[in-house]
Amino acid sequence: MRFTALVLSATLLAPLTAMAGEDSVPPVTDPLVKKECGECHMAFQPAFLPAASWRKMMATLGDHFGEDASLDAVTRDKIESYLVANAGRGRVDRANPPLRITELNWFRHEHREGEVRRMRAKRNVKTLADCAACHRDADRGYFEDD
Amino acid sequence: MRTLLILPAAIVLLATASAEAAPRRALLDDFATQAKAADPGFTGFSASRGETLFRTRFTGGKPETPACTACHTASPLKTGETRAGKPIEPMAASVTPDRYTDPKKVAKWFRRNCKSVLGRECTALEKGDFLTFMISQ
Ligand code: HEC
Ligand code: HEC
Ligand code: HEC
Repeated sequence: MRFTALVLSATLLAPLTAMAGEDSVPPVTDPLVKKECGECHMAFQPAFLPAASWRKMMATLGDHFGEDASLDAVTRDKIESYLVANAGRGRVDRANPPLRITELNWFRHEHREGEVRRMRAKRNVKTLADCAACHRDADRGYFEDD
Repeated sequence: MRTLLILPAAIVLLATASAEAAPRRALLDDFATQAKAADPGFTGFSASRGETLFRTRFTGGKPETPACTACHTASPLKTGETRAGKPIEPMAASVTPDRYTDPKKVAKWFRRNCKSVLGRECTALEKGDFLTFMISQ
């Protein structure tokens, strides 16, 4: 996998822009992760967050962005292993890793244009976390359309 | 000739109806056993109590999810939406036939959603009432 992310201390991981030549993010291939993490939103590609983020997220599923997304321990552990093994690279504050892709610096940068605001209003998009509302093939790892 | 055609059709209908009815019956029986154990005065589930649970705004749970209707909409016949914008198939068994047929799925979502909305697990009585309401819709 040539998915090497840019390391900028805590700003980390600029997936596509950092991957010269790559135009997609490796999609989730594990059916368990696809199912369990794709029930309320699309199953986000693990490369978007570093391992420390996934570990923290999987340890706090009882309060997942204001919701209970808890799993039984066996399922939880299997999913965490997959996410960690396919995580993005980047140095982060291990004590306080980011949990939102939408709050990473590269994401903010890519989504600061008026174009995003217009699309959001026009398509009545609830949250920027609903990637597929604007990127039709987000599930498959393509974000270069709009 | 007519009856010959209708008969197989009726059998197919019955068969599909019972394919879903059996796991639902097993779920309800299970909840009934638990409800009886918790309260010997238990006499059966009520669709109207289930509807009240579905519509009540609670204060004990997470502020983002005050009621079942926050995601499932006020109508069991309508498509809902998660807080992250993903559609949720209607809850009424008549509209989404495979609802309430997988005990693991039912248990997982009652656990999560009751904790999010009420701040605690639902009782067997509440679960049975809720299913009874949704199956009647
Ligand atoms: C019960 C519903 C539910 C399930 C199941 C669920 N999530 Fe979420 N998730 C949410 C909600 C709600 C949000 C916040 C959406 C918002 O407000 O922007 C969210 C947000 C996220 C975000 C941050 C999105 C952003 O803003 O960048 C990540 C990452 C995430 N979830 C990962 C996961 C993973 C991994 C799993 C599987 C273990 C999972 N989710 C399962 C409901 C869920
Ligand atoms: C409201 C619409 C909207 C939402 C929601 C949205 N994006 Fe975007 N995104 C855009 C637009 C517009 C662009 C810039 C135009 C382009 O290159 O497609 C963009 C650009 C990007 C890029 C850079 C693509 C490139 O050309 O290098 C990535 C990566 C990306 N988005 C990922 C995501 C992810 C991941 C999510 C969900 C967590 C998301 N986006 C949610 C509208 C959106
Ligand atoms: C935060 C959003 C949200 C809230 C609030 C919510 N649910 Fe759900 N519920 C879901 C999602 C998402 C699913 C799984 C997707 C699906 O089954 O279509 C689901 C599924 C279910 C299921 C499983 C259905 C089946 O097919 O087996 C039951 C039962 C359920 N919910 C009951 C409730 C009850 C009872 C409440 C209120 C106490 C409630 N829900 C509140 C989002 C929500």
